[in-house]
Amino acid sequence: MNLLEILSYGFIQRALLAGVLIALLCSVLGVFLVLRRLSLIGDGLAHVTFGSTAIALALKMYSAMSLLVSMPIVLLASLGILKLTEKGRLSGDAAIGLVSALGISAGVILASVGGGYNVDLLSYLFGNILAIRSEEVVIAALLCVGVMLLVTLYYHELFAISFSDELAQVSGIRTSYINAILVLLTALSVVLAMKLVGIMLISALLIAPAASALQLARGFKVCILLAALQGCSSVIIGIIISIMANLPASATIVMVNLLFFAAACITRRILYPKNCN
Amino acid sequence: MPGRIVTTELLSCSYREGRVLEDISVQVERGDYVGIVGPNGSGKSTLIKALLGLVAISSGSAKLFGTPLADFREWHKIGYLPQSLHLVNPVFPSTVHETVGLGLLSTKRFPKRLNLSDHETINKTLEELGILDLEHKLIGELSGGQLQRVLLARAIVNNPELLVLDEPTAALDPETRDRFYTMIADINRSRGVTVLLVTHDSGAIGEHASKMLYLDKKVLFYGSFDQFCCSPEMSSLFGEHSQHLMCHRH
Repeated sequence: MNLLEILSYGFIQRALLAGVLIALLCSVLGVFLVLRRLSLIGDGLAHVTFGSTAIALALKMYSAMSLLVSMPIVLLASLGILKLTEKGRLSGDAAIGLVSALGISAGVILASVGGGYNVDLLSYLFGNILAIRSEEVVIAALLCVGVMLLVTLYYHELFAISFSDELAQVSGIRTSYINAILVLLTALSVVLAMKLVGIMLISALLIAPAASALQLARGFKVCILLAALQGCSSVIIGIIISIMANLPASATIVMVNLLFFAAACITRRILYPKNCN
Repeated sequence: MPGRIVTTELLSCSYREGRVLEDISVQVERGDYVGIVGPNGSGKSTLIKALLGLVAISSGSAKLFGTPLADFREWHKIGYLPQSLHLVNPVFPSTVHETVGLGLLSTKRFPKRLNLSDHETINKTLEELGILDLEHKLIGELSGGQLQRVLLARAIVNNPELLVLDEPTAALDPETRDRFYTMIADINRSRGVTVLLVTHDSGAIGEHASKMLYLDKKVLFYGSFDQFCCSPEMSSLFGEHSQHLMCHRH
């Protein structure tokens, strides 16, 4: 099968479009999360998504309908992580671990009780971007526009809290409000990304583009642009390779991201040898 | 222009371990250069964090520019320089220009955007501090002294009326430290900026500060440097050697 033939299929066009939109969201938000040392929030929220999807399946709500159940639950969980960090005298990783454990255990219990929908639930673990439906592409597009608009409007505030919470506060920025915006946007993106790479690999989509961009970027805006570029191109390359080589799309996308990261590290060593020690 | 910049009345702060500050009542006037000194754990940093709303006040009150802290919104009047090594993530990808630009956000309304004149202000501030050549460097590539000047540029780029510095020279070599203190003294004199400086460096206090606040959870001394030098309590607080060093340099 040649490339043009591959691209002529509707399901592949949908996968590429939705994949690029979701990767754009994840990679841009990933820069802020990595710099705020909240990299694993994606993992934690993905586990909550697993639990919420189990609830949706128990209610016989499939595909786009399952988002109606998942989104409010994951949004609440993201605020829960923030509150535990701010008020519960817990570090971010401990708060993420607690909420993550709650999500995955709820999912496992519901899957065990439900029995009949185990196979559907397992498909969410590793994602199935090629099965994405038109209505899910529309949801991804709408959310992408909304999230990117908010990131643009709050760019300087997000930049400031990523640099230092303390300095941002003394600049009159309501840091708890901006933190809430960041985790809520992340929660929305994670629910969408579940279909793309699955619950198990979401954190790679959030972390890897940011981690690569941090190796090479000379400036904060450049870092965001590089991360977005890697996120989007990894999805396109990953999907095409997975079809041509008959590999699972989600794992292939993640592997492409990791290759990009390795290439960024090598490039950094060549371009900036003084900064590599 | 006369005016009271900072007022605290019976201000106390507590952590889980107990009270860190007890009944602090001080007033800082416009143009003052106040050196805040005291032993480790005496509450110096907690005091300035409480004044900036970064640490909760357990009792008493604080006012900035005559406004109770809870109602204070004029953050553009304040420049803050924390201990830089605690602050900066060495892989943070921002350039010096971008980092200094963060200091202008307090002057902006939503949606916060920097315009052409803001970028000119950033460059002017960098030039004033002699670091314009670092403009495009990443902050992770700077030496301790350069980073400190960049963070100072960030703190003064919004032309603040009050500059708050928390042990700004802790990681600097003596020569860079002296240059840094001279720079702060210039800002205090030439711009009339009120300065609150937390430091262990009693020599710098003696040379540049107009007032001294000696804390050990409570205020043990607050007044002009001349009063301090004539105070019989001084040698018991500092020891004769430090007393001589500070008052001699002053």
